[in-house]
Amino acid sequence: MGEPLLEIRGISKSFGSVAANVDIGFAVAAGEILGLIGPNGAGKSSLFNIIAGEIAPDRGEIRFAGQEIAGIGAVACARLGIGRTFQVVRSFDSMTVLENVMVGAFLRARRSAAAMARAGEVIEFCGLTTRRDVPAHSLSPPEKRRLEIARALATRPRLLLLDEMLTGLTPTEAQAGMRLVRDIRAQGITIIMVEHVMEVLLPLIDRAVVLNLGRKLLEGAPAEIVRHPEVIRAYLGDRYGG
Amino acid sequence: MSAALIAQVALGGLLMGLVYAVVAAGLTLIFGLMDVVNFAHGALLMVAMYATLLIHRATGLDPLLQLPLVALLLFIAGVAIYRGLIARTLAVRVNAGMVQIFVTFGLSIFLVGAAEFLFGSDFQSINNTLLGGRTFALNGIILPLPLVVSGIVALLVFLALALLSRTEFGRALEATREDHEAVALIGIDRDRVFGIGWGIGTASVGIAGVMLANFYYIAPDVGTNFALIAYITVALGGFGSMFGALVAGLIIGLTEALTALFIDPALKQIGIFVIYLAVLMVRPRGLFGRL
Amino acid sequence: MAGAVRGTLVARRRRELWLGIVVLVVLAALPFGVGNAYLRGLIVLTLLYAGLSQAWNILGGYCGQISLGHALYFGIGAYTSTLLFTRLGISPLLGMFAGGGLAGFAAFLVGLPCFRLSGHYYAIATLVIGMMAALLAANWDFINAAQGITIPFHGESWANLAFRTAILPFHYVMLAYAALIWFVAWLIEGSRWGFFWRAVKDDVAAARSLGVSIYPSKLAAAAISGAATGIGGALYAQYIGFIDPDSTLDLSLSVLIALPAVVGGIGTLWGPLLGAAVLIPVQQLSVAWLGSAAGGIDLMVYGALIMALALARPEGLVSFFHIRASRGATGHG
Ligand SMILES: Nc1ncnc2c1ncn2[C@@H]1O[C@H](COP(=O)(O)OP(=O)(O)O)[C@@H](O)[C@H]1O
Ligand SMILES: [Mg+2]
Repeated sequence: MGEPLLEIRGISKSFGSVAANVDIGFAVAAGEILGLIGPNGAGKSSLFNIIAGEIAPDRGEIRFAGQEIAGIGAVACARLGIGRTFQVVRSFDSMTVLENVMVGAFLRARRSAAAMARAGEVIEFCGLTTRRDVPAHSLSPPEKRRLEIARALATRPRLLLLDEMLTGLTPTEAQAGMRLVRDIRAQGITIIMVEHVMEVLLPLIDRAVVLNLGRKLLEGAPAEIVRHPEVIRAYLGDRYGG
Repeated sequence: MSAALIAQVALGGLLMGLVYAVVAAGLTLIFGLMDVVNFAHGALLMVAMYATLLIHRATGLDPLLQLPLVALLLFIAGVAIYRGLIARTLAVRVNAGMVQIFVTFGLSIFLVGAAEFLFGSDFQSINNTLLGGRTFALNGIILPLPLVVSGIVALLVFLALALLSRTEFGRALEATREDHEAVALIGIDRDRVFGIGWGIGTASVGIAGVMLANFYYIAPDVGTNFALIAYITVALGGFGSMFGALVAGLIIGLTEALTALFIDPALKQIGIFVIYLAVLMVRPRGLFGRL
Repeated sequence: MAGAVRGTLVARRRRELWLGIVVLVVLAALPFGVGNAYLRGLIVLTLLYAGLSQAWNILGGYCGQISLGHALYFGIGAYTSTLLFTRLGISPLLGMFAGGGLAGFAAFLVGLPCFRLSGHYYAIATLVIGMMAALLAANWDFINAAQGITIPFHGESWANLAFRTAILPFHYVMLAYAALIWFVAWLIEGSRWGFFWRAVKDDVAAARSLGVSIYPSKLAAAAISGAATGIGGALYAQYIGFIDPDSTLDLSLSVLIALPAVVGGIGTLWGPLLGAAVLIPVQQLSVAWLGSAAGGIDLMVYGALIMALALARPEGLVSFFHIRASRGATGHG
């Protein structure tokens, strides 16, 4: 394993008096699926926004593919190959599914025929072909999540950030979602997945980073994580105590 | 130019600014509550002025004494507008914002047309009022009494609005603004809160209308300019901020008066525009805006 | 597979283009069915507003930036071509493009500060800038201040785009204008920029995450929209033969430019034309029929119509024609 695809060091971010992220560091190897776990409010989405360039960190460094990217902005991050989805789905509701995905495809394509071809591929890959010409606002919630993934994939990312894509899905839908994640990785795309329900992620991920109250609690293989007393405390505290 | 003259103009500007602020308060209340910019706001000011004129003609009741009556009438008008028009737009799924803008814009054109039809487009005014023609003098500064009283009434309106926000209803307003769906769960009737919010916002502009009727001409399109200033006031103060409306109203009144004095009365609005644009470049959400 | 993907979207765009050609032919033939000079004038005005509103729609509808200051670009177009003609003798045929270029540049300049604002703050800032320009123009002696400029008439001439007695040439001038702006919008709909602009309108954060630069997108949309509006302003000046700040820069004109697109269907190809076809005749005819007899009724009719249309057709008049399409689309889900 050579240089990691993504390496973050000492990332801190506060919103007013809320310290969303405190001195967070970890690395992600190319081709890996990393789980970013932690109870609600742990700072997962905030960290995603920082990696994707949507917000700038107060302190810290982010190296992506050998380049320093902290604070360069979401557009530049997308160009460099970071794709993402949002915890609260953001579809382009005045457009059809195909048109939504074409927006992503246009990042690498100048001509609309090329963008359309690329969009068609990812729509098929994400299992949305039957919904291709339907307005995005008429999709069901799980379909909207797929749409976001398709849109991000259309930009040909090297790293894909998925924020709670399995949350709120039925077990069958979640199974289908996990299959999709594996298929994406099989294409050589590195993935970081956020999920606050730990169980669903464990069979899927290679490694996990656990956040709690803005700090990194620990990092390791899924099997180690579940046994760790601090994780158990953080989770039980979250679920039964609060 | 004497210091007394400058002070007099500045004070006059601040008092007018208070009237602007009350017009803006009604606008920002409705906006803060439900994100709707009411483009009929100026027309409602005009309606209040004509109502004052008609009541004065019919009964001889002095405008100042009509305050509660016209405020009540405008409150009812506001609730009716909400029930009849705005509530319908809430069901609209697409373009809701645009639909609200153009419904209220259409209402505005309709009201102006109705006033023109009923009263003609000539300027009218109310004579022989309690305050009319009198002045207020202090240390060589002379101000028209209607303007001074308007300023005082405006401050009282702001006081009332501040007190309102402390009441049970004020908290319901606040909660409804924060989350429309959630309040239904705790038993707040959204339509009732929105309706009363519209009523209060419209009553505020009604009070401004009564006070203006004391010293300003009355015509079908008199509201246009006040509404325009109100939009600028609200944006300058920050959409949804009542305190912002007050401060911005004062700034605008003062700027207008001083531009007219020092530069050119024909360009008095340019002063407002320049201040507005300058502030917005530094604070894109106005002075006290959260939204 | 690729062929199937291309299917619907490409077919839809081709259908729009054919429909555009059919409508163009029908509108070109229209004067032969309408003998009445007043009605012909009404149609000319409707076509002008169809073009202007489509120009506004490029920024307001496709890119989602609701400008209430488009009269500024209209006025710049009108004044530029008129001044070039009256002072330097340059034909309005060239002047309208100079006016359009200058108006586009002005829209770009206005956008530089204003696109740092969003939503209502943006709308009100454009309104303020527009009003400021109107006030300054009314006090600017170089352009004859509030008195305005009369365009001297040296006989009917295509070279000077001057016709006083015949309305027919202006029918084709305005039709060409409306068709040109429509075609620009059609091109934008299918282009990379058009997709980016619509993404900016729908969700800024999602657009950014896909590599869409928000600020440059808005500036580009504003420049094209402003230029298209400016050309319309120049044509209006030639049609009326007289311009002043009141008729070319007023706030009410900004609203008049935006209204057809909103009533017809914001962000759609056919909305501006449909909206203009309803609003302009209703407004003009109600003034003509009702205005003089009983002042105010014309405004009441107009206001009531706007309210009724906004409530009954929130998606715009185009939605009358989309019933089948949208039923089919939602039928699956
Ligand atoms: N853009 C933001 N503005 C203000 N506060 C934020 C923002 N993003 C996150 N926060 C705050 O940071 C903390 C962590 O939130 P978040 O990253 O969303 O947690 P998670 O995704 O792990 O549930 C929360 O207290 C949240 O309120
Ligand atoms: Mg989150």
